[in-house]
Amino acid sequence: MVDVFLSALAEITTLKHMSFLLVGVMLGLMVGVFPGLGGIAGLSLLMPFLYGLDTTSALALLIGLVAVIPTSDTFASVLMGIPGSSASQATVLDGFPLAKQGEAARALSAAFFSSLVGGIIGAIILTGFVLIARPLILAFGSAELFMLSIFGLSMVGVLAGRSLVKGLCACGIGLVIGSIGGAPATGEFRMVMGIDYLYDGIPLVIVGLGLFAVPEIVDLLRRNRPIAADMRLGSGWFAGVRDWWRNWFLSVRCSGLGAVIGAIPGLGGTVVDWIAYGHAVQSTKDNPRFGQGDIRGVIAPESANNAKEGGGLLPTLMFGIPGSGAMAIFLGGMVLLGIQPGPSMVGANLDITYTIIWSLALANVLGAALCIALAIPISRLTLIPFQLLAPFMITVICLAAFQATRILDDLVALLVIGLIGIYMRRFGWPRPALLIGFVMAPQAETYLYQAVQFYGWGFATRPGVLIILAITLISLWIGMKARVDDSAGVAMKQTDPDAPAPSPVAALRRRWPQFAFAAFAMGLFAFAISDAMRQSFLGQVFPLTIASIAAVFGATVLVMLLFSRDAAPVVYDQEEAPENAAEKGVRSLWSGAFWIALLVALTALVGFFLAMLAFFLIYLPVRARTGPVKTLVLTAGAAAFVLALANALNLNFPYGQLQDIVRLPWPLR
Amino acid sequence: MRTLTKITRRGVFALTAAVAGIALTAPAKAEVSFAGQTVEWIIPFSTGGGSDTWARFNAPFLQKHLPGNPDVVVVNEPGGGSTRGTNLFTQRAQPDGLTILGTSGSTQFPYLLGDPRVRYEYQDWEVVMVAPTGGVVYTTPATGVDSIDDIAELQGQRLVYASQGATSLDLVPMLAFDLLGLDVQYVFGFRGRGDGRLTFERGETNIDYQTSSAYLRNVTPLVEAGDAVPLFTWGILDEDGNPARDPTFPDLPIMEEVYEMMHGEPPSGPDYEAYQAFNTAGFAAQKMVFLPEGTSPEIVEAWRQAFRDIFEDPEYQASVEDVLGAYGQVTDGPAEALFRRGTQISSEVRDRVVNMLETEYNVRLGE
Repeated sequence: MVDVFLSALAEITTLKHMSFLLVGVMLGLMVGVFPGLGGIAGLSLLMPFLYGLDTTSALALLIGLVAVIPTSDTFASVLMGIPGSSASQATVLDGFPLAKQGEAARALSAAFFSSLVGGIIGAIILTGFVLIARPLILAFGSAELFMLSIFGLSMVGVLAGRSLVKGLCACGIGLVIGSIGGAPATGEFRMVMGIDYLYDGIPLVIVGLGLFAVPEIVDLLRRNRPIAADMRLGSGWFAGVRDWWRNWFLSVRCSGLGAVIGAIPGLGGTVVDWIAYGHAVQSTKDNPRFGQGDIRGVIAPESANNAKEGGGLLPTLMFGIPGSGAMAIFLGGMVLLGIQPGPSMVGANLDITYTIIWSLALANVLGAALCIALAIPISRLTLIPFQLLAPFMITVICLAAFQATRILDDLVALLVIGLIGIYMRRFGWPRPALLIGFVMAPQAETYLYQAVQFYGWGFATRPGVLIILAITLISLWIGMKARVDDSAGVAMKQTDPDAPAPSPVAALRRRWPQFAFAAFAMGLFAFAISDAMRQSFLGQVFPLTIASIAAVFGATVLVMLLFSRDAAPVVYDQEEAPENAAEKGVRSLWSGAFWIALLVALTALVGFFLAMLAFFLIYLPVRARTGPVKTLVLTAGAAAFVLALANALNLNFPYGQLQDIVRLPWPLR
Repeated sequence: MRTLTKITRRGVFALTAAVAGIALTAPAKAEVSFAGQTVEWIIPFSTGGGSDTWARFNAPFLQKHLPGNPDVVVVNEPGGGSTRGTNLFTQRAQPDGLTILGTSGSTQFPYLLGDPRVRYEYQDWEVVMVAPTGGVVYTTPATGVDSIDDIAELQGQRLVYASQGATSLDLVPMLAFDLLGLDVQYVFGFRGRGDGRLTFERGETNIDYQTSSAYLRNVTPLVEAGDAVPLFTWGILDEDGNPARDPTFPDLPIMEEVYEMMHGEPPSGPDYEAYQAFNTAGFAAQKMVFLPEGTSPEIVEAWRQAFRDIFEDPEYQASVEDVLGAYGQVTDGPAEALFRRGTQISSEVRDRVVNMLETEYNVRLGE
């Protein structure tokens, strides 16, 4: 045992190993900073370097890349409110409000320090865990995985915001959207409406960007100010480290959580950050400001998502089953290098396993150090007037969304989900609840069906299931007492709590936009129910059940909107919030959405690259009122950036009508 | 050869413009070169999967051996169970030898089954290379089976199989188990064969198959520990196109032999034809490389020559088995033969399978 430790340790501390690790870290940093790009883009970038290398150097490169992505993706989450990758979605909830309050540097350094600790603790846990991981992973059958996905869904209780019924309804929307596409039990296609794009379901990247990035960009575009409203950067990175120190135990707990959940294949890394966030909310007693810029809401998910990568290594190495998207890439890389994952990784090749685990820890240290060094200069981005930043961000999210399946439909889907996100934000519907529903829908359905097939309904009495059920119930009970409000930074409504409820007619006249959105949700449920009616029993039972339950919540929301007093939590319209009334020159909600729609429409006509050029040339003089020289310089800069990126990653841009008619050279095609 | 072309070229310039227009194509034909250009290898699957690994392994060798040493890049176009990227290839690829397509069994199956999303036609393309693979079916000793000789024990038992879906590669074991008269319950919704193997290891299923390389890596240890019993392989096609034992597992019988053991005669009839067609499309002709419709014979030949050279490359020979398993890749005649066997199916056999999928597994292909 000791000699295995020593040989692994000797391996990672060689200069050669360290320098390849560093190159991997740098590449991962570049990929991770760019929102929406994750491990897959990273591997494309790495491939040219991988050939001709010996195994250990190539492994070091791969690990460096994989380890640093969940660290560097925090930049986009905190500074722009765009989830840098699916592992950093929860970070947006509090990280972005902090940036808006001018504390970007503090949020970033706390996040990086948490990532660093998460990565190291993950590696320490794995060092011991590796030896017992195989039986433990085998203990999680379909029944236990189903119960775990219910545990994930129970986080809705915490993230539901002010109105629980709206939260449940939002989760229902997520579950319905998540069950679009092939049914796990029969493969029959649900709610596809004959659209090829929907056969595979809507990609997670699109839902994440649409729900979180689009509404924030649209909101910022209405106002004429930078992201950081009060034009200051905060007291730098020491403050963030102090924040971490005050919450070190939370960080350690979330790291452990991340490592263990990451090690269970099948659940996917996508819920780890939400579970950690939910845990932070539940366990915080003193003065929580979650959703409005609580540093603990940054520390928890960032600790967990780095530890998760370590956990995800275990099923990858031992069973050849990737625990997360990044691990799928790692697995592909390993096979190319001729390293075969399997039981030998805890036997004859144990030293390779330890080399990998500890390299991961080391890469986390390197990555966090580089990110902390960059935190303060990069966080200055938040001081740039948003009208100038906006076209870049819109281009970036479209490019990121396009990575999902690389067709124009990605952008259309982004726009549609984005509109839903915009209205959810306006009417105080919790977006995280929708996302959790979306992520868990296929998991819950698949594992429930499999568990019933394997064990019959008796699966519910398996000891593992009962244990997870107990944890879920405890978590729900604690969660009910501490719910988060996601309508970030908005002051409470200034309404008279004792005012009597208006008559239903008056309520409808005043609240019709909210009413219309709730009715839209009801329409979605009705569509899901009618579609389910046409499927076979196994294909219909899940969407039928969830849509019916969600419709009950939807109906409750509608009734409450008609009869509630103005002060009731269910009644909320940001357009009437005091903040909006007070600020001058706020444009219509549609003005922001219009610009995104313009880029998508132009892309449909002339392809992405030409559309982007046209978009910049129209947007900058019209909306940002820049002079001709500045307009040209900014446009050229953006074009050069996009070209360099596309070239490095070997991307083709979305096609438009023009490309169907004439054959153009890259990058126009 | 080179001097000859030069003379021709010089001669061409002496001729009139009208003739030159025709004759200019002659030297270009004799000397295909992709120098300074980029070859795009479309893989209709996502990064990191089996097809992607296969393409990325081959790409640098192509770069080395194609005339003019062009850059070869792998372009992943996943979606629609690989139909999207393949449709895209049909729609956009020019017959200039600069775009190739790598397909897999999951691309062949929807084509053979008449999936409405398929807008591609295999018979239009030029096959330049085929990479076969194999697979092994195994069970657990808990079924009372210690070797293939006890196969009769399996009949009448309730077997459970973790499937990726009735129209995926798992259609082949379904057809095989049906032929052998085994009573198998299929549980769907698994994301890959690795997922299915994990379920087997947990004891939730009791019959499974893995492709050869995954079997060697992950199931052999189980067999050694007494937790798994190998039953039979999918076999390969010999030079005459007849089913034969898999050279990687010479001690294991093929499905046809097992059938004969149980029934006393070799399998025949439409059900066996269906099994054969999908077995070939799924394994013997699993991965194929195509040039688009209308590619000139010279360009096809240049590509085949590149693969011939690759197969001779000692560097390739040293690493191919580690990455792709024990089956060599083939070009020319053997590739053509496998291509034909793997992409053609009689309409009766297709209707039979589609009908079985519809009535027994509720799969509706036409949405």
